[in-house]
Parts: sequence; structure tokens; C-alpha cells
Amino acid sequence: MTRKVTINPITRLEGHGKIEVFLDDKGGVRDAYFQVVELRGFERFCLGRPAEEMPRIVPNICGVCPTPHNMASTKALDDLYGVEPTPTAKLIRQLHYNAFYVEDHYIHFFFLAAPDFVVGPDADPAERNIVGVIQKVGLEIGGKVIDIRKRCRDIIRLIASKPCHPEGGLPGGVSRGITAEEREWIRKTADDSVEFAQFALKLFKNVVLDNKHYLDLVLSDAYKLQTYYMSLVDENKKVNLYEGKLRVVDPRGKEHALFDPHDYIDYIGEWVEPWTYIRLTHLRKVGWSGLIEGDKTSLYRVGPLARLNVAEGMATPLAQKEYEQMHKTLGGRPSHHTLAFHWARLIEALQAAEDMQKIANDPMLTGKDLRNLNYRLKKVGVGCVEAARGTLIHHYETDDNGIITRVNLIVATQHNAAPMCLSVKKAAMEFVKDHKVKEGMLNMVEMAFRPYDPCLACATHALPGEMPLNINIRDKDGSIVQTLKRP
Amino acid sequence: MAEKPKVAICWLGGCGGCDEAVVDINEVILRVVDAVDLILWPVALDFKYHHIEAMKDGEIALSVINGHVRNSDHKEIAELLRRKSQLVLAFGACACFGGTPGLANLTTKEDIFNWVYRDAPTVVNPKGNHPQPKVSVDGKELTLPEFYEHVYALNQVIDVDYYLPGCPPPPDLVVNAITAVLEAKLPPKGSTLAPHKALCDTCPRNKTKPAKIAISDIKRIHEVEADPNSCFLVQGILCLGPATRAGCGEACIDINIPCRGCFGPVEGVADAGAKFASALASIIDVEDEEEVKKSIDTIDDVIGYFYRFSLPSSILGKKDLKKTI
Ligand code: SF4
Ligand code: SF4
Ligand code: SF4
Repeated sequence: MTRKVTINPITRLEGHGKIEVFLDDKGGVRDAYFQVVELRGFERFCLGRPAEEMPRIVPNICGVCPTPHNMASTKALDDLYGVEPTPTAKLIRQLHYNAFYVEDHYIHFFFLAAPDFVVGPDADPAERNIVGVIQKVGLEIGGKVIDIRKRCRDIIRLIASKPCHPEGGLPGGVSRGITAEEREWIRKTADDSVEFAQFALKLFKNVVLDNKHYLDLVLSDAYKLQTYYMSLVDENKKVNLYEGKLRVVDPRGKEHALFDPHDYIDYIGEWVEPWTYIRLTHLRKVGWSGLIEGDKTSLYRVGPLARLNVAEGMATPLAQKEYEQMHKTLGGRPSHHTLAFHWARLIEALQAAEDMQKIANDPMLTGKDLRNLNYRLKKVGVGCVEAARGTLIHHYETDDNGIITRVNLIVATQHNAAPMCLSVKKAAMEFVKDHKVKEGMLNMVEMAFRPYDPCLACATHALPGEMPLNINIRDKDGSIVQTLKRP
Repeated sequence: MAEKPKVAICWLGGCGGCDEAVVDINEVILRVVDAVDLILWPVALDFKYHHIEAMKDGEIALSVINGHVRNSDHKEIAELLRRKSQLVLAFGACACFGGTPGLANLTTKEDIFNWVYRDAPTVVNPKGNHPQPKVSVDGKELTLPEFYEHVYALNQVIDVDYYLPGCPPPPDLVVNAITAVLEAKLPPKGSTLAPHKALCDTCPRNKTKPAKIAISDIKRIHEVEADPNSCFLVQGILCLGPATRAGCGEACIDINIPCRGCFGPVEGVADAGAKFASALASIIDVEDEEEVKKSIDTIDDVIGYFYRFSLPSSILGKKDLKKTI
């Protein structure tokens, strides 16, 4: 008899999804599926829209990660119109981008990941939330996280209107400049972000790495997956979140490809399965391998750990030191330990903060030359950035009038969708045996996909009371044969 | 102690920005959490739908719903929450009017599927697969919600008591709405919990806008460097301010970007696009109707500008909704 465990909705992540776990005759896990149950069709309904409206439309794809969509779109317009942003405009965009990275990575780490890590994966669920985290790290630090998030969002608001839905973004520039007065508070925010980033890494080391039990979990097979990795790198093959070439390394860390984002179609294929609305990306030159890991796989991962696996170093000095330590601790590059996404995330937040500091002090930041209007419509534009969750590609084509005729978008979650499926299955196999679903199994399974996705568990975890959660174990016909409840 | 009112926050076809907008009320959220019992918030809390199913009808005091209805899951969740709730608040442009993704009503489900699963240049699909509501994979049955032909605003699927527009709604209006509910100081059913004026009435650039504007040539935003101090319409740049409800604090105008209408139509107007067209006609500096028509014809994407956030609930959108769910 095939039994089925349904987790719906999966919670504490952004987007709609569903996990189905099928049990075999012996009561072990036969299969598991991570299903994306939604599609909106942006690629189709953007046809006929003026290209310059795209940076205002596409952030609606995701309100948690809207800045990367706004930025990829704006860069696609630069390309489409054959213009480079002015130096001041580029700095302003990068300031916006780094501020987003800092706030987004902390939201993810402290409110989503930290309950599992800092409080403990098998701690009492009633404590495994941000209240538990604050109890462990102190109220002052909790306040600091909220403060840094708020101040970074103020930078975004200044440059791009609403942080949940940035509105700026013009080909060849930005719509609004920065004044000398604004620079002062931006500089202060950048300095405090660097200081906080170093502190967050220290905290991670104290709480997680110095605890053998947690470190073992990070290094355990249940949370390990051998795949390729993809990300943007700069000309020195260092982590670059805003621009560069796409590099892919194989499961052993050897370079598989290094290409201009314009050539993405030659390298990336998207497989279609009838059980999910998401297209499953894979390496076209390897060929679709199905949902497998190891040397024969064509699956690759993107996001913080992928970037630190692909790049040969960080672009800023403090982050570089941390990068070296991470790879040393995890046994060399590439690291296949899914939970290490969280560690990589903190190192990236440090690079983004250091970068923000550099920009805040750049004399050009307050320049007055905000637009390059030297257009030469090319009718094809590709914009690629590293979103917090991974590589994001926007590809537009237009008619002679700059009206959209074709759109192709590849978002981070697509690259990771098939690996997420596998990660969930591996974790489920570890925690379901002999018809017995171990207590805490649900969280262990959810822990397998949380490293990939951001979320806004945020302040809401400060709710009093518990978060009861049931697992229904169903037979083939869907009737419940067992119910497990969290206390 | 009296039991706290139960509140659900839920998304349908949303982007998550509306959920983030709730978080953006920062410290106020603590006050809310003190006063109410949050019983569902998928993005943040681990409650599942069957917890809601187990509740009595009307047991939830308020459901705050964001996102539009695009598939059978959205519809089921909306209906479930309606049944269990005394009040339903449509939160954000998607729930209120269908939102930007509502522009998909100009195209068919088939067109969308063909591009996404067949024609996009990156697709590799030798078996010609596309998502199915029910499919058997090696003897295991997997299900997906049914993708509808159309995008629906929330009130086209369930009864809605109050509306809070914006993409997403700004923190001050979110706080006001929550306070009104908690203190039971709500306006009549069906009200929009935002100012009744038009955005132009509160816009700092309004003083530069004469009664009659001489636009003969409509410019696109990337073509010019807009003067940050004068009305966009005066500069020949489309700005939906005359037909859009105030309340966002001129968020876009402040970064020198014109309004696209995420707050929806002004009070008493059902069709935002028609209202804007007539506002535009009255300010364009040409005498006869033919000329007005010619000016409007130079706009490349009338629907995308005039109905950016409201196509499903517009006159145009309604025509198409015959194939009901
Ligand atoms: S109204 Fe805007 S912010 Fe809210 S769900 Fe819709 S697109 Fe997202
Ligand atoms: S049209 Fe736009 S810029 Fe002009 S006054 Fe109205 S809102 Fe302001
Ligand atoms: S200016 Fe217009 S589009 Fe921008 S936030 Fe306000 S109502 Fe929405």
C-alpha cells in the first residue's frame, strides 16, 4: 500500500507550495515531491506593454524579492536601448541593491533560519521561533536586527519608492539623485551594517559551529546534495551580485562553463513535468538527468552557497576571510551541505555591507548626471543579476517602437526547484522508517527546503503561544490512517 | 478574560508584498498581536487550512485577504475564509481590483501555457507535458489546483466587506484599518478604508498644473528627464493622478516617477480607466473630439496604462468573465 503524507500549505516561506511524501510497503519513503501550485503568466501578459514600464510591472512577481526583479529588468532595458548608466546612476542602483541584500539576508537568517539553528532543530516547537532566538541572543540584538532592516529599507524607499514594490528604474540611469545630506545617514547605515554583519557571523560561530551536535547536523548526509552550481562572477571570478559572467562548476568543483548571460539559452534548459507548475531548469549541455544527484546529474543549484561554491573568492576583504574559513570548516569547495546556505548568506550580507560602505563614501554618489539618453534601440535586451535566492534572468524583445514582443524569465526558485525536491526526499528518508514518522520529522523536512527560500516569518514569530502543526498520514485513497500533532 | 477576536491573514494569487506590508507596520504589530488571536498566516505561522476547516462558521472575527483568484485553490480558500469569518477585508490592489497580474485577462490560459511549457526558448519538453489537475506518476497520484481562464478580483468570487487598496497598502493606512476594526469604528459595509480625494488633490506638484494643459505630444517616461518639480501631465508624461485615489503619500511622484494607479479609482467611480480617459480628454489642449482621439491614439498601450491594476474589475474585464468559475 502506498501511503501519502501531505504538508499543505508549507509555511514560513514565500509562495505557494505543497509537499507530498509517499511511503512504501516497508514504511520507508518511496518518493517525495515538492510541488509548486501556482502560475501567473507574466511572460505572456507583458506582451504589448512599453518596455520602459517593465521595471514597474515585474516586481509584482515577488513582493519579498522585488528589488532583484526591478534591477534585472532595468538592466535588460540598458541592454535593449544600448546604453550604459552614468557612473552616478550605477552607484545609486548598486546602493539600492546592496541595501536590499543586507535587509533581506537578515530577515531570512534571523527570523526563518535562526529558530531552527540558534534555538535548535529538535527544540520544543513552542520555543523554536524568534522569541526563542531573542531569548538566546538577547533583546538588544533582536532590536538591532529590526533596526538595520528598517534603515536599509529607508535607503530603498529613498531611491525606489516602495520597498515591497520598487518603482524606479529607467534605461541608462535612475529617476532620482542623492543629496549630500542624505549621504550622511546612508553612510551611517552602511557603517552600522558592516559592524552588525561581523557580529552576526560571530554569533553564528558561537551558537552553531561551536556546538558539535549542530555542526554534525550541518555536515550530515540528510542535508547533503551533490549538484552543479551556478552564479555570476566578476572578471576575477569573485562574487558579484549585480553584474558579470555566469559560471557553472560541476559537483567536483571543476569549471563546467563560463558564459555571457546573453548566451543563457545555450546552457539552461527548462524541463516540464505534469505535477508542478514550475519549469525545472537543468544544464542543457549535460541533458535532463531526472531528479538525481552526483556525477550524472544535470541539476544545479543557485543562491548564497552556490555563489560561494562557484566564485574563487569574495570581492571585499572582510568577507574574503570568512569565505576562507567557511570552506576550510566544511571540507573544501564546493560544499554540498544544504544547511550551509545559511552560513554563506551571512558572509554575503557582510560583502553587501562592505560594498554599501564603499559606495556611501564615493564622491560620485551625489553627482547630478543621472541619465544617459544616448539610446540606440537594439530590440533585444537581457538583464541578469544575482537575486538573494539566486541567478535571475530577464530577456525582452521589442518591435521598432520599444513595445514588448517576447519575454522569457528564469527566476531563482526555478533553478532550485528540482534540487529542493531531492533535498526534501533525502530528509524525509532519514526521518521516516518502518512506518514510523519520527517526532519533529515535519520540521526536519521543512528545514531541507528553507535554506533555499526567503520568507518573512519576521516579527510575527514574536507571537505568544504555539504553532500547532499536524501531519496526516494518508493511504492511497486519501483517508487518514495516522495523525501526528506538534505539542 | 474575554476571548480575543480571531484574525486570519491569507494570500491567494499574491506576490507576498502585501504580507510584507503587514510586517512593515513594525512595532504596531506587537499591539495587534496582543489584542487579537492570529489563527492563520501561512507566510509566517505554521497553521494549516484544516485548522480553519475545523472552526465554527463565523468564528473568525476578521479575515484579511490579499491576492486575486486565479485557480481553484484560491477560490476554495477564499470561500472557506468567507464562511468562517464575520468580516472580510480585501487587502491590496490584487484583492481589490485584480491587480497587475489581472492584465493576464487579455490573454487566454492556452496562450499562457503554450509559451510557458512549449514555446519559450529554454523549454525542453520532448513529451509535450504540461501541468495537470490530477496525474499519476509511477502509480502515485499527484494533484494540482485548476488554473482558470481568468483572474478575478476577490469580490467577484466572495462577498467582501471592506477594501484597502495599494500595491501594497502603505503602513499608515494598514494601522488605521486595523485600529478601526479593533475599536469597532468601521464605516458602512462596502467602504474603502482610504481617503476619498484624488491623488492630484494631495500631490505637491498640483500647483503647477493649470486647468487646461497643452499636451499635444504624449511622451514616454524613458524619453525625457522629467522635471522633478512640475506636474507630469504638464510635461506630456502620463500620470494617473487625476483618476487615482489618494493615500499612498505620492510614493512614486516622490522619486520622480509618474503614478500608475495602484490605489484604484477615486470614490464613486467603478471604472478607473474610463475615468482617466475622460480626465485626459478634458485637459488635453485641443478643441474637437477628433483631435482628442488622435492624441489618445498615440498612446501605445492604453489598457496597460489605464487599467494597470484594475482590468478584472473594469467594464472591459467584466465582458470577459462570462465563462464563470
Ligand atoms: S497588491 Fe501588489 S503587493 Fe499586494 S499581492 Fe498584489 S502585487 Fe503583491
Ligand atoms: S497629474 Fe500626477 S504629477 Fe500632476 S498633479 Fe496629478 S498626481 Fe501630481
Ligand atoms: S503614486 Fe500611484 S502608483 Fe505610485 S503608489 Fe501612489 S497610487 Fe500607487
